[in-house]
Amino acid sequence: MEKIATTRNPEPATRNPIIQLENICFSYPNGRAVLDNLQFEIGRGQKSGLIGPNGSGKTTFLHIIMGLLISWSGTVRIFGKPVETEQDFRHVRQKVGFLFQNADDQLFSPTVLEDVAFGPLNLGKKPGEAREMSLDTLKALNLDGFEDRVTHRLSGGEKKLVALATVLVMKPDVLLLDEPTTGLDEDTSKRIIDILNGLDISYVIVSHEYDFLARTTRDIYSMQGGKIEYSGRSENLHSHYHSHPHGTVPHSHN
Amino acid sequence: MLEEPFATGHSHIHCLDPRLKVLFATVYSFVVALSDRFPSLFAALALSFLLIGLARLNIREVAKRVLIVNGLILLFWLVLPLTFEGVALFYLGPFEVTREGLLLSARITLKSNAILLAFVALIASTSIATLGHALNRLRMPEKMVHLLLLTYRYVFVIEQEYQRLVRATKIRGFRPRSNLHTYRTYAYLIGMLFVRASERAARVHRAMICRGFKGKFYCLREFSFSRLDFVWSAFMAIVVIGLVIVEWV
Ligand SMILES: Nc1ncnc2c1ncn2[C@@H]1O[C@H](COP(=O)(O)OP(=O)(O)OP(=O)(O)O)[C@@H](O)[C@H]1O
Ligand SMILES: [Mg+2]
Repeated sequence: MEKIATTRNPEPATRNPIIQLENICFSYPNGRAVLDNLQFEIGRGQKSGLIGPNGSGKTTFLHIIMGLLISWSGTVRIFGKPVETEQDFRHVRQKVGFLFQNADDQLFSPTVLEDVAFGPLNLGKKPGEAREMSLDTLKALNLDGFEDRVTHRLSGGEKKLVALATVLVMKPDVLLLDEPTTGLDEDTSKRIIDILNGLDISYVIVSHEYDFLARTTRDIYSMQGGKIEYSGRSENLHSHYHSHPHGTVPHSHN
Repeated sequence: MLEEPFATGHSHIHCLDPRLKVLFATVYSFVVALSDRFPSLFAALALSFLLIGLARLNIREVAKRVLIVNGLILLFWLVLPLTFEGVALFYLGPFEVTREGLLLSARITLKSNAILLAFVALIASTSIATLGHALNRLRMPEKMVHLLLLTYRYVFVIEQEYQRLVRATKIRGFRPRSNLHTYRTYAYLIGMLFVRASERAARVHRAMICRGFKGKFYCLREFSFSRLDFVWSAFMAIVVIGLVIVEWV
């Protein structure tokens, strides 16, 4: 079948960009450059996927957006305003929800309810209100009855879902999801797909599962050599990889 | 590892305000620890049994814990009567067994068991999470409380990490012997565990920051003092006063 290049659509014109990264360079102390003059933009309501080999810097890129790592040069603009200081990022973090690659890093409270309520409480909600919001979010994720479960005794998939709840409860405008489906079974992935499709916000999903990206996103970007490039609409990418004779990427057909 | 077998239940004791339980358990253990007369010690032991009964805990699990502690106490019985100065009661070969030594061992046994049982009934019937918040409300410094809660949460993760490392050495045919290779392997293992723990701490902190953490924890639980709590406060006050009277009046 054709190569991506022939099916490539023009890069989506981003109206109302929510997140803009310009000329971002970053490297870890005594390491090679991980991000090299990177450009990226995501508009309001845009649902994007990001693919790239292991170690290409996807997680690093998301951490730069959240202000967890500070770029060496370049500008991060969120809602049109440049963010530079910790104070700026603090404000950003209330609007941008970030799901970590490893759920064990995200869930630190003894019980599920306390963990989900952690964000709302930090935003200054009253305990009663925070509890209410948390229970509602758990319910929306089909996790009712989980509130008193002990976080470290959940299964890997349950941890992922609860971690998603801890992010969604803060009602973010943008979601950044770092490999939300690794290690999840078909049913749980499907549940996450339904949840994401039901959301009316923009998000960026990092994933190695093309099938999952095809079902949750519209635009696919790929990361290579410290840069992010637009690769096309997700449906094209999907068919491309399905017919690729040397495709070594495992994915399911259904 | 750290299970909380007693923390779930619906007895009156489980429903009590955890602050009350912590407070009473503390005062009670001080009173019992400072008591010396046998009537008050026996009364305390009986009372502790009563608490266990009221908490409707699994007796086998309780017995297991009591046995562990009494294993240690057995050592006192072996050593104290032979070494404590006092009136000789009888002789075991060349050793003299003293009356004071025996009495002291008996006191230690009664006190430890009474305090242990009361703690099992009152404190172990509270989950660590609730306990942390109760301590917070009782003006325990926040840092200590967070240390308790986060330690409790991540002890499991670090244990899993350790098991994973051990497995990694095992599947590659590592068998501990008494040689340099073994010592070096263990040193790597422990070093790796520290590195991973500190990296994990950094990641957890980042995750907390992403959810608006500004250095202060807020408590979700609102403690309320119910009628049941009032009844129990009165009961506990009477118990403490009773023990003090029996002991010191
Ligand atoms: N804390 C760190 N210190 C030094 N180098 C790091 C650190 N974290 C990541 N790196 C390096 O930076 C590069 C990018 O890492 P990153 O985690 O962003 O990759 P990734 O695209 O998310 O990979 P994966 O698909 O495996 O999650 C890798 O080469 C990695 O070795
Ligand atoms: Mg990554």
